[in-house]
Amino acid sequence: MSMDRRQFLKIAGISSILGFGASVASATHTIWEPGLKPPQVEPNPDGLIAKRWAMVVDMSKFKTDEDIKKVTTACHQTHNVPDFRNPDGTVDKKFEIKWIWEEPYERTFPGSENKFMSEHIKDMPFIVLCNHCDNPPCVRVCPTQATFKLPNGITMQDMHRCIGCRFCMAACPYGSRSFNWTDPRKAINPATENKAYPTRTKGVVEKCTFCTERLQVGKLPACVEAAPKGAMFFGDIEDPNSEVRKIVTSQLTIRRKPELGTGPAVYYVIGGSDHA
Amino acid sequence: MKLYDGGKILIGLMVFVGIATFPFYYNIGKVNAKPELKTDTPAIQAWEKQYGKKECVESKEYMRSEHMQLLNNWRDSVVRDMNRQYVSMTSGRKFNMSLQNGCLECHSNKKQFCDQCHNYMAVKPYCFDCHIQPMEKEENKS
Amino acid sequence: MLEKAFEGGKKYWAWLFFLGALSAVGVYYYIQQFQFGLGLTGMHRDVSWGLYIGQFTFLVGVAASAVMLVIPYYLHDFKKFGKIVILGEFLAISAVTMCILFIFVDMGQPMRIMNVILHPTPNSVMFWDSVVLSGYLAINALVGWVTLSADRKGVPPPKWIKFFIYLSIPWAVSIHTVTAFLYSGLPARHFWLSAVMAARFLASAFAAGPALLIILALIVRKISKFDPGKEAIQAIGKIVAYAMFANVFLLGLEFFTAFYSGIPGHAASFLYLYVGLEGHSELVPMMWTSTVLAIISLFLLVFPAARKKEGLLAFACLSLFISLWIDKGFGLIIGGFVPNPFEEVHPYWPTMPEALITLGVWAIGFLILSMLYKIAISVRERTAGIEIEH
Repeated sequence: MSMDRRQFLKIAGISSILGFGASVASATHTIWEPGLKPPQVEPNPDGLIAKRWAMVVDMSKFKTDEDIKKVTTACHQTHNVPDFRNPDGTVDKKFEIKWIWEEPYERTFPGSENKFMSEHIKDMPFIVLCNHCDNPPCVRVCPTQATFKLPNGITMQDMHRCIGCRFCMAACPYGSRSFNWTDPRKAINPATENKAYPTRTKGVVEKCTFCTERLQVGKLPACVEAAPKGAMFFGDIEDPNSEVRKIVTSQLTIRRKPELGTGPAVYYVIGGSDHA
Repeated sequence: MKLYDGGKILIGLMVFVGIATFPFYYNIGKVNAKPELKTDTPAIQAWEKQYGKKECVESKEYMRSEHMQLLNNWRDSVVRDMNRQYVSMTSGRKFNMSLQNGCLECHSNKKQFCDQCHNYMAVKPYCFDCHIQPMEKEENKS
Repeated sequence: MLEKAFEGGKKYWAWLFFLGALSAVGVYYYIQQFQFGLGLTGMHRDVSWGLYIGQFTFLVGVAASAVMLVIPYYLHDFKKFGKIVILGEFLAISAVTMCILFIFVDMGQPMRIMNVILHPTPNSVMFWDSVVLSGYLAINALVGWVTLSADRKGVPPPKWIKFFIYLSIPWAVSIHTVTAFLYSGLPARHFWLSAVMAARFLASAFAAGPALLIILALIVRKISKFDPGKEAIQAIGKIVAYAMFANVFLLGLEFFTAFYSGIPGHAASFLYLYVGLEGHSELVPMMWTSTVLAIISLFLLVFPAARKKEGLLAFACLSLFISLWIDKGFGLIIGGFVPNPFEEVHPYWPTMPEALITLGVWAIGFLILSMLYKIAISVRERTAGIEIEH
């Protein structure tokens, strides 16, 4: 069989493409392999279990700014959330990352303010975080399933798999997601970092995970632990006897932008009576 | 048969061979000592005292060749399937599936352990871009 | 045939060298961005997509517009497009390449790009976008190459290629529809949550793409012996005029719904873009430039007397191209993010490195385009005067 130069180049080209494809495939073959299955792996027996985790926040129980600060700081320190600052000490908005933070009433529930409302009410602080929606737009749009629903209702973020396309940030109606615009370790103090939790790397999206890592070893979310008595509740809303369920059933609660059909799992108590 | 543009082809070939063999002559004369892994951390010694032998999650040979796959599987199992414990195929003992709070508890000497082979093999796993490595004494001195 | 791309005069090489230098600058800054992170750009937590994704969106339209030549030529047997259709296909190839590069430079973790294939996710529009874009690139490369090779030999192209030519028509519509779905299905963004988004995308694409093609065809005629044909260029001019009218009409519909309904969320982004919001009016001059250029181009395109003067036609096409570039490559993306979900205004402006990376990607695109056009021109110059039935 004779071969001219053209044919040779064609065959050489095609085989190198195939070779490249095969090498990529072999380099990543582990991901195609079925992962670890029970009984080789199992949950921690101390872990808290729920059909559907949910949170109730009663802002009237936060008496001072300090009370709120305690909650946000507890979360951000537990999860090594970087704190980017400008030289003058203010928050560096360009790199800012936040999991849980404070917003005034009129920003938390836009459109519900009216012109006769006092500034005091418009500026009333609210704690905002990921709503762990029933029908989360972020999960719908993610091209790699890096963000996905856990069976217990938590909207989880797999920082290992995220490619940093930021589609989820465009999709989230609550501004709950942050992107690592540069290496977050530049803004984490090694002296105060939580050695038991990772940091993130540049180029991935992160957000509140309802402390799934703490729930799995039997602890409540860090924010709930740090909140004043009766200010934050966390539990299984599908369980009729749970505290969160009792409050949501018996009191007037509101959720952020429920009209979008996302089904937020964070409820805000309006009224502020004593709970169960 | 006549070789058209022979000069150019030969020069091109020489450049190619030069580039392709670059790693070999680049590394000529460099010390390539076999990596020595240290498994004498306090945690491992304590383990040895308690169980009478040094042992990892799986056998030494398995860990040496498969630890990357094992860690990948652990990662997915913890983050995506909410599992936390791994049952050893070798000993049947249960281990906390965690790099930072598992592996590195015993192997608290990352420089004398992980880095030894990784540097020797010139691989750069990005695990420690996120997972915090233990403080090591040598690091403080330098 | 590829060797034709490497045979050219001093000017050709100087042009390639110039583009090469621009892309090298882009690559240099991309390496900086790769090391530092996307914080090197002007994007932030609230405007998390910027110039890169804007360019991507705009260029998908340019790529899709090849179909505006393919439909008249292959479906309606409009012979005048016989020589120019290859220019459209090659423009599509370079435009899709730029799209892919813009997505790539926008990724936070580009090394993990294979995750999209390793974990295919049919509910993600992004997944489908990557599928249709790579498919479109392959179809156009195949069709362009096969038909041009046949032309060079002076024989009709093989029958089987017809299948791919016809396939390219719905496929072109699909790439821009799917790209519009990236935006129009998000409950979070009032500005994008519009059923006419895909239609608007197609209309603006079929205006901007062919406008660019007219400019390119006029340049090709000036610098080579290949004449794409006066009548063909005029016919494309008409297509541009119709498409631009459709686009402006659809934009008008958006304005009507936003302002007549009186729902504040629907109007907020339009207000930010065209008059400013909460003291921020960074994009207002750009958006009005776009509006004025759109009016000028429409005015010139609608009167045959003006359109028939090729100088004016070129000017109209350039105005239109810039107008739509601002509208779709910039305003549409930034407008979607302002105000943010808390109804706050956090403005965005690209940084110098970001602009240079963007310019670098355009340079790579034009480098590919120049080489492909060089091939097409060489073949056409040799076969001048011979009409081949496709």
